[in-house]
Amino acid sequence: MSGVSGRALVLDEPLSLWGGMDPATGELIDAHHPQRGARLTGRVVVMPSGRGSSSSASVLAEAVRARTAPAAILLCEPDLILAIGSAVAEELYGVAVPIVVLPADRLAAIRDGTALLIGRDGSVKTA
Amino acid sequence: MRLVLRAAEATGATELIDVSGAHVDSCLYHGEASLDFVDRLVDGGARVGIPTTLNVGAVDLIHPETYRGDPRTAERGRLLMDRYRALGARPTFTCAPYQLADSRPSLGEQVAWGESNAIAFCNSVLGARTNRYGDFLDIAAAITGRVPYAGLHRTDARRATIVLRLAPDVPDALRDADVLFPVLGIVLGRRAGSAVAAIDGLARGQSEDRLKALGAAAASSGSVAMFHVVGSTPEAPTLEDALHSGQPNAVEDIGLAELRVARDQLSTARGDRLAAVSLGTPHASAAQLRGYAALIGERRVHPDVHCLISTGRDVLVSQPQAAGRLRDAGVELLVDTCSYIAPILRRTDGAAMTDSAKWAHYAPGNVGVDVAFGSARECIDSAVSGRVVRDGSLWGDA
Repeated sequence: MSGVSGRALVLDEPLSLWGGMDPATGELIDAHHPQRGARLTGRVVVMPSGRGSSSSASVLAEAVRARTAPAAILLCEPDLILAIGSAVAEELYGVAVPIVVLPADRLAAIRDGTALLIGRDGSVKTA
Repeated sequence: MRLVLRAAEATGATELIDVSGAHVDSCLYHGEASLDFVDRLVDGGARVGIPTTLNVGAVDLIHPETYRGDPRTAERGRLLMDRYRALGARPTFTCAPYQLADSRPSLGEQVAWGESNAIAFCNSVLGARTNRYGDFLDIAAAITGRVPYAGLHRTDARRATIVLRLAPDVPDALRDADVLFPVLGIVLGRRAGSAVAAIDGLARGQSEDRLKALGAAAASSGSVAMFHVVGSTPEAPTLEDALHSGQPNAVEDIGLAELRVARDQLSTARGDRLAAVSLGTPHASAAQLRGYAALIGERRVHPDVHCLISTGRDVLVSQPQAAGRLRDAGVELLVDTCSYIAPILRRTDGAAMTDSAKWAHYAPGNVGVDVAFGSARECIDSAVSGRVVRDGSLWGDA
């Protein structure tokens, strides 16, 4: 597998996938999030950090099963919960969602809508 | 074990340590992936290797009639709960395992807990040590009894790096009100993110129920896995102790205006039309059940309002008197699950009122209801009167 690609979805605030994304539709459902209603499916989701519930690993795996998952998630600090959700999705369904940690300045430079290529080695390039 | 090693890789840990207990959140159904995963474990003959409690599931197994959603989803949720029991975990089905006398790890004990509010409570209030174990990794740790030696398992990571001081304009009466704590928790989560913060400026010896509300809110608005409250949490007898005698990266004030805004943002409902009142998130403690019973006294819930309190099955059987009073008053008592993770509410055609910032945070997205946040007293008074009743005096509202 050579990696994944998708258009960046830059979130203004961190999102907990559990309570924040409906894995049946891929929609952002957190009523307190400024981008409520956005679709995460196939996008490279960019946010500073994960947040909240420890159930987010399950939501990520279920979204992979339901084919509504983001293509990848870019953060500026490691998030074990998302990393494990991705590992389990790969184990069960053969599809991983790369969870990539970038320095804050590189993350901040990504513009919403930019087409990105995420390599298997965690490299992030503009498509 | 592969998952535990993957976790070690992700956290940069170079060694694994033993843990003496686990709290597993994976028993809540999020779709067929939940069952696909546990079936893999059951088929492989896995069993938990250490004492393990279970978090809430999708269904109240003792009062199954409270579930008002798709019967097939309920059946799948129940099946998942059974599967985790079959792995040897205790069917506690509570998000507050720290309220069970025999599941309270002691100061410094290494454990592996899931469920964000339980993680925050375990680290902050018990002084036991856990990282944020998400679904899948929690049961992997329970089976192997091993976790990466990283993060909050290590002493150095437990140091406060931010100090949050209550500003002088926060009135004394509010500082000593239960309703402050969930609101302060929302601010804590926003300010701290995933950092360890120390809160200064509260009276010493705050109750476990207040600290529980604070942590549950902070773990909803942020990724808070540990906090210190100077004079109340065991690793912070003094601010210097919380800082491990070091310097914080930041010292910030929290003023009344910010608290009021956070409180107002917890309410999405407009007007005073009331459909439901939901209390007990995280699961009500024995003291809270008695408190709710005392608040309602000899009054009854208004016939048009669905009033319910969530608690653990073990706490519920320990409080027959309070439970009897509450049921007589028309309150529904829910165990094993919670009213914001499953279709439980009878009505959503008006506000659902709650004293929980966590419930207020998640319910609009999860169960599609508008929320009115208030104190326990406001919630109970509203349940009785049949409309949203407010008392802004504590907050200095005009």
